Amino acid sequence: MANHAIVGAGAYVDFYKAKRYPGVLSWILSTDHKRIGILYLASMLSFFLVGMSIGFLMRLELIAPGKQLVDPQTYNAFFTLHGVIMIFLFIVPGLSASFGNFFLPIHIGAPDVAFPRLNLLSWWLFIAGGTLAVLSMFTGSGPPDTGWTFYAPYSIRTGTNVILAAFAAFVLGFSSILTGINFLTTVHRMRAPGMGWFRMPLFVWSLYATAWMQVLATPVIGINLLLIISERLFGIGVFDPAKGGDPILYQHLFWIYSHPAVYIMILPGMGAISEIMPVFSRRTIFGYKFIAYSSITIAALGSLVWGHHMFTSGQSYVASTIFSLLTMLVAIPSAVKVFNWIATMYKGSIHIEAPLLFAMSFIFLFSVGGLTGMMIGTLSFDVHVHDTYFIVGHFHYTMFGGMGMAFFAALHYWFPKMFGRMYNKAVAKMAWLMIFVGFNTLYFPMFILGWLGMPRRYYDYLPQYQGGHVVSTIGSWILIAGILIMLSNLIRSLRTGEKADGNPWGGTTLEWTVPSPPPLENFEKIPHVDRDPYDFEGVSAR
Amino acid sequence: MNTIDGLTVHHHRDYTGAKIGMWVFLFTELLLFGGMFILYSVYRTVHAEDFHHAAMELDTLVGTMNTLILLTSSLTMALSIALIQTGRKKSSILCLVLTIAFGLWFMVNKYFEWGAKFEHGLYPGSEFLLQHSQGEILFFGLYFTMTGLHGLHVLVGVGVLSVVGFKMLNKPYEDIVFAGPGVDKLEGAEIALLGKSGQKMWSSEVIDDSVERVSVRLKYRPVGKRVRKEDYALLENSGLYWHLVDIIWIFLFPLFYLIT
Repeated sequence: MANHAIVGAGAYVDFYKAKRYPGVLSWILSTDHKRIGILYLASMLSFFLVGMSIGFLMRLELIAPGKQLVDPQTYNAFFTLHGVIMIFLFIVPGLSASFGNFFLPIHIGAPDVAFPRLNLLSWWLFIAGGTLAVLSMFTGSGPPDTGWTFYAPYSIRTGTNVILAAFAAFVLGFSSILTGINFLTTVHRMRAPGMGWFRMPLFVWSLYATAWMQVLATPVIGINLLLIISERLFGIGVFDPAKGGDPILYQHLFWIYSHPAVYIMILPGMGAISEIMPVFSRRTIFGYKFIAYSSITIAALGSLVWGHHMFTSGQSYVASTIFSLLTMLVAIPSAVKVFNWIATMYKGSIHIEAPLLFAMSFIFLFSVGGLTGMMIGTLSFDVHVHDTYFIVGHFHYTMFGGMGMAFFAALHYWFPKMFGRMYNKAVAKMAWLMIFVGFNTLYFPMFILGWLGMPRRYYDYLPQYQGGHVVSTIGSWILIAGILIMLSNLIRSLRTGEKADGNPWGGTTLEWTVPSPPPLENFEKIPHVDRDPYDFEGVSAR
Repeated sequence: MNTIDGLTVHHHRDYTGAKIGMWVFLFTELLLFGGMFILYSVYRTVHAEDFHHAAMELDTLVGTMNTLILLTSSLTMALSIALIQTGRKKSSILCLVLTIAFGLWFMVNKYFEWGAKFEHGLYPGSEFLLQHSQGEILFFGLYFTMTGLHGLHVLVGVGVLSVVGFKMLNKPYEDIVFAGPGVDKLEGAEIALLGKSGQKMWSSEVIDDSVERVSVRLKYRPVGKRVRKEDYALLENSGLYWHLVDIIWIFLFPLFYLIT
C-alpha cells in the first residue's frame, strides 16, 4: 500500500475485456478468480431467488389455519427445499465463494488464487450440485420431505427423492472443500512482500478461519450423506433401528458438520463487516488483533458445540451440560467482535451510506440472533422451545439477519469495485429500510409464536396463533419487495450506473489501490506492503 | 502461459503450495473415514460379542495378502518418487506401473472376496444376514461400506497414477520465461529465427524497457537432466494420496479381520 495513486482510466485493460473465449465461454471456462467470483455471485443470487420464492409461498400458505394454497405433502417439500437451497446453495458458499474469490487475492496482493483451475472446478461442482438439487424436485417419486437435515430414520423410510437431494448436498460439500483448500494455500503462500499475517485485512482472516472449518467439518457430513444414500440403496443398517443402527449417531455426525457450518456461513460476513465499519467511520478498526483471533476462536469453539442441537434427542445429561457450557463460551469471541465494531464507530467521522446501513443492521440483528442463541443454549429453556417457531426465529435472525445482511452490505460496498459503476444511492437506502422493517416484521413474531408453543414445520395450526402468522406473512411481502427493489437497482446500475473511480468510498485496503474494475492480473506490479490495513493516513475522504 | 489480447497470464507453479494443498486434502479424507471409524467404535463397544463372531466369517488369508500387496505398492510408489528425484525417469515410470499393478491386484482379490460373500448370501439387506443378530448385521454393514469406500479410493488412486504416468511419458513443452530482474539482461537484444542458409525468417523488435517478460516455448522429450523440482510435485502428491489409501487399509485390516 505504498501509494494510493489510482491508475487513470484508459491506461489499463479491465478484466472484463481480457477474454480468452468468446461469449459465455469466457465466463464458464475462465480460471480468473474475479470471473469465478462473479459466476458464484450470479448463480448464488439466482438460487437465492428460488429459495425466496418458496419461502414466500410457505408464508402465504400459513396466513390462515387449514389449506390455502397447497396440500401438506407439498408444504413439507417446500420447507425441505427452502432449507436445502438456502443453506447449501446460498449461505454456505456465501460471502466466501463470491466476494472471497473476488477479493481474497487482491486483499493480499496476489495475481490469483493458488489453484485457479481447482477454483473453476469448485464452481462447476457447485452448479452440478445445484442442478441435482433442482432436479430432485421434479424427478423420481416427488421432492424430498425430510427437512434439510435429512434426519434418519425418516430419511431412510420416506418414499420421496432423498437420494438425489442428499447426493446434491454431497457434491456441494465437495465444492466447498475445494474452495477451502484453495484459500488456505493462497493465504499461506501468496501474500505480497510485506503483507505479514497482521497486515492482512480482517476479511482475509475470517476467510482463513472459514477455510479451515470448510476443510475439517465438511467431510463428516459427506460421509453421513453417503451413508444415508447407501442405507436407502443397500440397507446397510447403520442408522436403521430395526437393524440395530442408532439414529442419534446420524444426528451427531450431521451436527459435527452442520454446527461449524453456521460459522462457515457467518464468519466471512463478520469479515466483510470488519472491512466496512472502519471505511465509513474513517477510523482504524478497534482491536484488530482481537477481531482476528476471535475469528479463529469462533472456528475452534464452534466445532465443539454441536450437541446443543440434540438437547431433546436423548443424549446424556452430562453431554448436554458440557455442550451447553461450550455454547455459552462462543458468545465471548462473538461479543468481542460486536463491541469492537461499535468501538470503531465511536468518535469516528461517520458517513451514512447503504453499506454501513446494512452493516449496522447486521450488528443489531445478529445480536438479537446471538442473544436468543444464548437463551436456547440454556438447557432448561431449550427443552421448552425446542422445535418451535422460537428456533425458526433464532436461526433466521442469525443466518439471514447475520449472513444475509452482511452479504447485502458487501454487495453494496464492493459493487463499484467489481463492476466499475455506482448504483443509485437513494434507492439503495430505501431498499435497506424496507428490508430491515420487513425482516423484523417477518421474523420477530416467530419468537412470540414459538414462546406460545407454535411448533415448527407444521402445515396447520390452532386459531390462536393466527395473529402472529398474519403479521409474519405481511412482513414477508415487505421484505421481498425490498429485496427486489435492491436487486433491480443494482442490476440496472450495471449498465446505466454512474462510472465509479478506483476508490469511491475512501477505503484503505489493497483493492482500492487498483482501478475499478480491476485489471486481469489485479496489479501492474505486485505491491510492496508497508502499512497497516486500516491506516487512513494519506487516503482522501469521499 | 497463455496469451490473451496481448496480455500475458502467468500461471505460477508453487511446489510448496501444491504440497500444502495436498496435505489439507488428505485431512479431509481422514475426516471422511473418521466419521465411519466413530460409527465402528460405537457399535463395536455396544456389540463386542457379535463383532467377534462376525469377524470369524472374514478370510484372514486374503486380508493378509491384500495388506502385503498394498504395503509393497507403497514401497514401489516411494521408489518411483525417489527415482524421479535423481532423474531416472524410465525406472520411475516402471515403479509407477508396478504400483498400479499392485493396486489392481488388490482389487481383484477384493472382487473374489466379496464375490464369495455374496454367494453365501452375505450382503447388506440380504435375508440370510437379517436372520443374524443386530451386531452382526451392523458389522457387515460397516464392513461392506468401509472396505467398499476404501476400494473406491484404490480405484481413484489407480486412475490418478495412470494419468500421472501418462503425463510423465508425454511432457513435450517447457516454457522458459525471462521475467522480473532477469529481463533487463536482454535489453537491447533481438530474437531471430534463421533459415537453412542463415537468412532471417522472423525477428523480434529490439527488446527495450517496455518488455516485461520474454517467453520461449521449447518442445522436447524429457531426459533425466531436465526433470526439476516442479516436475515431480504431481507425482509426489499422488504418492501421498496412495500412502493415505494404504494407511487407511492398515486400520481397516485389524479392525475387521483380526478382532476374533
